[in-house]
Amino acid sequence: MIGIGHYVTVSTILFVLGVLGIFLNRKNVIIILMAIELILLAVNINLVAFSSYLGDLTGQVFAMFVLTVAAGEAAVGLAILVIYFRDRGTIAVDDVHNLKG
Amino acid sequence: MITVIAFYLFAALTVLAGAVTILARNPVHSVLWLIVAFFNAAGLMVLAGAEFIAMLLVIVYVGAVAVLFLFVVMMLDIDFAQLRAGFIRNMPLGLLLAVALLGELLIGIGAWSVGGIELGEPSGAAAVPQGASNIEAIGLLLYSRYLFLFEAAGVLLLVAMVGAIVLTHRQRAGVRGQNISRQIARRPDEATVNASPEVGKGVQL
Repeated sequence: MIGIGHYVTVSTILFVLGVLGIFLNRKNVIIILMAIELILLAVNINLVAFSSYLGDLTGQVFAMFVLTVAAGEAAVGLAILVIYFRDRGTIAVDDVHNLKG
Repeated sequence: MITVIAFYLFAALTVLAGAVTILARNPVHSVLWLIVAFFNAAGLMVLAGAEFIAMLLVIVYVGAVAVLFLFVVMMLDIDFAQLRAGFIRNMPLGLLLAVALLGELLIGIGAWSVGGIELGEPSGAAAVPQGASNIEAIGLLLYSRYLFLFEAAGVLLLVAMVGAIVLTHRQRAGVRGQNISRQIARRPDEATVNASPEVGKGVQL
C-alpha cells in the first residue's frame, strides 16, 4: 500500500535533484530557474501529501500560495534575464558582477 | 493494486523527468522534460486526493510558466555549449552536496518515521468536510478563513505582472506609432485643400 513515506521519498529525490541542478549548471541561469521550480514542486508534493495524510486542508491551501509565488518568481526572473541579455548579450552567471565594487 | 501501479508510474516518471531536466544538453529539451515532471507530479497529487492543486499545477505550470520558459529560451540567442563548459568541473562538488543533503533528509525522515517527535494534531479548523468534493472544500476554506491571504496572493501576482512588464518594456526611437487622439481630432476641412491649378501645372514632379 502507498503511504506517506512513499510521497516523502519522491519529494526528497526531487528536491535533491533540484539542488544538484543548480550546482551542475552554474553558468546557465535558465536551468537554475528550472531547478528552483523543481525544488518548489518537491515542496508542493510534500505539502499535499501531508495535507491528505492529516486530513487537514491547510496544506493544500498553502501549496496554492507556494504556486502563486513560484509563478511570480518565474515571471520576474525571466524578465530580468531578458533585459540583462538585451544589455550584455550574454547570460553567463560568471560574468554577472556589476554590483561588485 | 492499480493505485500502486499508478503511484510507481507517476513517481518514476517525475523523478526521471526531473533528472533529465537538469542533465539535458539543450535547454528546450529541459523545459519539455520539466513539463513532463509537472504533469506526473499532478498525477501524484490526484492520487493523494488533491484534484484542485493537481489541476492548478497543470494550468499554471504547463500552461503558463513552462510556455514562458520556452518563449525566453527560444527568444534569446545564446551559445549554450559555452554555458555548459563547467558541467564536468562542478560535478564532484555538486554530487557531494547532493549526497550530503540527501543523507540529512533521510536522517530526518528516518527519525520522523521511528516516532517520538510530537508534532501535535491538526486543530480541526481546516478538516476535510464530509461529503464535499476536494474543490468544494478548498473553496469553502479559501473564501472564508484564508480570504485575506487569497487576496494578498492576487496582489502579489499583479505586482509580479506589472514588474515584468515595466522591466521588459522599452521605448524605441523612431517608431511610428498610432496617435489615436490626433486621428479623431482631424477634420475634413483641415485635411484637404481646394486648389485650382492651371492646365498642365497640376502635378509637381
